Amino acid sequence: MNTSVDTARPSRLSALVGWIDARFPLTKSWKEHVSEYYAPKNFNFWYYFGSLALVVLVLQIVTGIFLTMNYKPSAADAFASVEYIMRDVDWGWLIRYMHSTGASAFFIIVYLHMFRGIMYGSYKTPRELVWIFGMLIYLCLMAEAFFGYLLPWGNMSYWGAQVIVSLFGAIPGIGESLVEWIRGDYYISDITLNRFFALHVVALPIALIFLVIAHILALHEVGSNNPDGVEIKKVKGADGHPVDGIPFHPYYTVKDLMGFVVFAAAFAAVVFFAPEMGGYFLEHANFEPADALRTPEHIAPVWYFTPFYAILRAVPNKLLGVILMGAAVLAFFFLPWLDRAKVKSVRYRGWLYRTFLALFAVSFLALGYLGLQPATPVYTNAARIFGAIYFAFFLLMPWYSRADQTRPVPERVTYDAHH
Amino acid sequence: MMLIIKKPVLALTLSMALGSAAALFGAAPASASSAGAALQMAHNDVGNVASLQRGARNFVNYCLGCHSAKYVRYNRLAEDLGLTEAQVMANLMFTGQRPHDTMAIAMRPQDAKHWFGTTPPDLSLIARARGVDYLYTFLKSFYLDPSRPTGVNNTAMPSTAMPHVLWELQGYQKAVYDGESDAEHSAVHKKFTGFELAQKGSLSPAEYDQFVRDTVNFLAYIGEPMQLKRESLGFKVLAFLLLFFLLAYFLKKEYWKDVK
Repeated sequence: MNTSVDTARPSRLSALVGWIDARFPLTKSWKEHVSEYYAPKNFNFWYYFGSLALVVLVLQIVTGIFLTMNYKPSAADAFASVEYIMRDVDWGWLIRYMHSTGASAFFIIVYLHMFRGIMYGSYKTPRELVWIFGMLIYLCLMAEAFFGYLLPWGNMSYWGAQVIVSLFGAIPGIGESLVEWIRGDYYISDITLNRFFALHVVALPIALIFLVIAHILALHEVGSNNPDGVEIKKVKGADGHPVDGIPFHPYYTVKDLMGFVVFAAAFAAVVFFAPEMGGYFLEHANFEPADALRTPEHIAPVWYFTPFYAILRAVPNKLLGVILMGAAVLAFFFLPWLDRAKVKSVRYRGWLYRTFLALFAVSFLALGYLGLQPATPVYTNAARIFGAIYFAFFLLMPWYSRADQTRPVPERVTYDAHH
Repeated sequence: MMLIIKKPVLALTLSMALGSAAALFGAAPASASSAGAALQMAHNDVGNVASLQRGARNFVNYCLGCHSAKYVRYNRLAEDLGLTEAQVMANLMFTGQRPHDTMAIAMRPQDAKHWFGTTPPDLSLIARARGVDYLYTFLKSFYLDPSRPTGVNNTAMPSTAMPHVLWELQGYQKAVYDGESDAEHSAVHKKFTGFELAQKGSLSPAEYDQFVRDTVNFLAYIGEPMQLKRESLGFKVLAFLLLFFLLAYFLKKEYWKDVK
């Protein structure tokens, strides 16, 4: 008797969802962004890094919250409080290694994600704003990483911050007072550490979260690009959905789950077996406390900044170096308007574009390597050559992207179902 | 069945390979310092508890007078080195500390600065900052040099302020050079070739090497006490992720069957 009554009326859960839906777009948002967001079915390996970036953002926020519970943002206590986390806080070492490895993982993922966007022309119409929001995320991420790097108050933290903050001193006229304003003092001090802490744990995470939301909203408005650079919305079925599209959930949630597990294994391998990653993720000099009177033997930023650092060092004039370094980062913003090709994906572009793209990728990696090395004359000249190629990729793009022999783009995406 | 597993398994294998590469990275001794002569390999093993116990003994007897290890707790030592608190109190604690105290020293920094010209660094993290090979080489590279206030110098850290604390054990060694007088420039080009024992110590050279190795091993351990447990937990996590991967892989396969 009872069972028939139960099936007749809606379950308690759906009643609750109904109650919420009458007041808040819960089901509507779920459908729009997850269960009825149609993504191209031909996503390949490169398409794991978007969801992975989101996973790492959450990981950094959660581990960051627990670190903040035990960390003391003062020049007198910061270094000791990190060691307290490493030695005395239950699982503190794991939380800290996850956070420090997460920082590097975030950049690896974001660089691969950006390269994907460049390869498949994902910045081109109508996705310019997706790209711009993404670039703003990247800028915030760099600031977030830079502020966070001061917090352990090791000697490399200290001198790294000293070098990077002093770059602003190259700006004519206001430079020196600007540097003083950033530091809040005449040198990197307790005051600087305190404000960097505030920016690292409050200001930039908020900015990052809002930008990530904007990035995803813009993406879901226009729809995802794909390795073929085909607009799947052009060919729709009788149901009104793109023929080459599949709902994000469950198809890409299960696929990304698989990608996540592979990432987690690589991540765990670093966290548990090589948390210093040979001095690239945690630098040796940072195991000595900050000392304003003694510089580390060789000051280099963490690996994810070194392509730009190499460009800075390659220029003899400090102001020009700072300008070119800034330009190297900001150049990405202009890609949607520099690229004049009719096709999006590298699959349908010619050898000219492919050559430039390959040279750019090699230059970026080479600059990253050179930025980690001492600035010998040979290395500096190499950095100049790779720097020139780096900028040529952007500056010559309006020419070679138009001159390039592109091939016809198919109507539908190419997809092999492996059967 | 296994034939269909292609790319995802490849990716997992790749990540495992990356993991083992990362492990090699971590195992490779970190040589942070480029100064001085070529470093000798410490060949220490943080998993060797007997060596850590000897290292702890060496450390409290020879180092802890001037160098603190202010982040290291005695009761943590007891736990990790397989000792009871009573054993640690009887053998490693001499000046009335309590088990949960850290390895502090009584020498005031300003006194140390006055006496040595510099404050002896805290050694909690020295192995992570300098690398075990550097420490091993440093402790074996003191040689007689009458021009120094301490009577000794060190090839791994020239003009070090540290006296040869372990002289009773090692004895004193001379630096041997391949001299080549260059009369034209009234100079002598000297090339350091090695050490020669000038005065014997209470330990043989091999015993001294082992003494230094144990001490450096202990320094490596206190740099990161949790490293003894970190790797064994890592294997469990990776084993779990492997099972999780199989689950995720077949889940994906099942759903994607109908994507044509």
